[in-house]
Amino acid sequence: MLSIKSKPVIILILLGAIMAAAFTVSGCGQQDAANSSEKTDGAKLAGTLTIAGSTSVQPFSEVLAEKFMDNHPGVQINVQGGGSSQGVAAVISGAADIGSSSRDLKPEELEENLIETKLALDGVAIAVHPSNPVTNLSMEDVKNIYLGNITNWSEVGGKDGVITVVSREAGSGTRGAFEDIVMDKQEIAKEVIIQNSNGAVRTTVAGDKNAIGYLSLAMIDNQIKSLDIDGVKSNVDNIKAGTYKISRPFLYLTKNQPEGLAKAYLDFVLSDEGQAIIVEEGAISPQ
Amino acid sequence: MMEKLNTMVSTSSCSILAETQKRFKLSGEQFIEKILMLCAAISILAILLITLFIFSRGIPVILKTGLGNFLLNLEWAPTSGNFGIGAMFVGSLVVTFTALLWAVPLGLMTSIFMAEIAPPRIDKILGSLLELLAGIPSVVYGFFGLIVIVPFIREYLGGNGLSVLAGAIILGIMILPTIINISRDSIKAVPREYKEGSLALGATHYQTISRVLLPAARSGIITAIILGMGRAIGETMAVVMVTGNAAILPGNILSPVRTMTSNIVLEMGYATGDHQAALFATGTVLFILIVLLNFIANLASKAGRVNESN
Repeated sequence: MLSIKSKPVIILILLGAIMAAAFTVSGCGQQDAANSSEKTDGAKLAGTLTIAGSTSVQPFSEVLAEKFMDNHPGVQINVQGGGSSQGVAAVISGAADIGSSSRDLKPEELEENLIETKLALDGVAIAVHPSNPVTNLSMEDVKNIYLGNITNWSEVGGKDGVITVVSREAGSGTRGAFEDIVMDKQEIAKEVIIQNSNGAVRTTVAGDKNAIGYLSLAMIDNQIKSLDIDGVKSNVDNIKAGTYKISRPFLYLTKNQPEGLAKAYLDFVLSDEGQAIIVEEGAISPQ
Repeated sequence: MMEKLNTMVSTSSCSILAETQKRFKLSGEQFIEKILMLCAAISILAILLITLFIFSRGIPVILKTGLGNFLLNLEWAPTSGNFGIGAMFVGSLVVTFTALLWAVPLGLMTSIFMAEIAPPRIDKILGSLLELLAGIPSVVYGFFGLIVIVPFIREYLGGNGLSVLAGAIILGIMILPTIINISRDSIKAVPREYKEGSLALGATHYQTISRVLLPAARSGIITAIILGMGRAIGETMAVVMVTGNAAILPGNILSPVRTMTSNIVLEMGYATGDHQAALFATGTVLFILIVLLNFIANLASKAGRVNESN
């Protein structure tokens, strides 16, 4: 009689016990992690490292971190996105051990005693639909298209058709690089189509035979065609040589000189093994 | 032996046992009630905290820019400190009303068909199809729009296809289930005597529907439209994918447009400082708009109930 009536109570007490147990266990886990992160400068690497920032750098960080964790089983690396500005803010505040950025630092950010490590270069390609007969544009033409001064492909040697101009949202690192290098401080016209990722720009350009867009060179595939700018092809060699002008650095940022686990990770990224991964993933090794 | 002992114990302490049992049972009940209350309190607390957070992040920027300036200024250039969501505010309304323009008549007629004309079996099939329609994730609608509707508009109507029209078509499809389900239920809820009375007076079926059933179900239909409108204004993913997102006042139905929800999702990844706060402020405006719409929907359904009871 008693046991039947009090069943729900017993269940609740059990539940409470389980929850309490779970809390204690997770508490222990955290303590372990805290202990181990102090042993970073021993012979065996261990501890946790947080990388946050640019979404353009994020896929590279993920692959690099995975490989690094394979080499050092005691290490846990958390890779987070958020954007370049978030990355800079996170490393300044200490929320991340390493910040990542896909643009050069702004003057006010440079004063914060940050150390830059350039892990890669990334080209920004100007892309059109594969059926577009135009293969080359001058930097001036690209600028005028984005200013809204040139609106028809026939003005730049193509077939008659109103240009669908595709751009990125305000604050994007890719847009920042494009504005600095191509637009020369002038505002992109307000009427242009805005997409909020490299992938969305690619889908839009691939689906519209009159479209033009800019995106990370690593994202170019057979759905879209990348244009020559001032007669220079957008490829790895030309970006390294500096003849293809539209490129930007991928940066890792640390507060003061990196040490311990952060230093070990950055050394790995700059090693031959790390740079091979970067090239494999589609960016350009700066060395 | 044991039994004997038991009976002995029970007879001697029977009243005490019953007393403890009763008290124990009571405290168990109370304990569970407390737990349930705690659960309810947590969900209410979550809503309060979210509201508080959005407002505390959004209001300062609105005050700094000035409410009028923030809502009416058409210049959105967050990286150079120009925070005006006028174009997006208008954009949200234009896309939503264009969607309602076709989805309301279609939805209403479908609900009449389902409630009054279709045999019960067809009504059931249509009902489960509508549930399916309501269950498709919005990103799938957006992808469908981008791959099918946008090229169609570009090919046959002109422009580049990423437009108010594309957004309105997709949104209309998305709010159809809301409009149809609620209107159908309210038509079905009209007392049987109304219909029988009307038919007995010699009115045709169509006359009965248009002169008796629809007016009687009016408040439910208005609620359906307002809830559909709320869903359309709040929808994000599908809209971002098909409207082109240029922060301008749309000149016509083929022009690109950016809604308030799109503005937030587009720029949140890279926004910092005042830019980020301005996105929260956009969220604040949206929040107030949606609460207002729900309030009106509540009023409408209450007004309807008062009418019926009179």
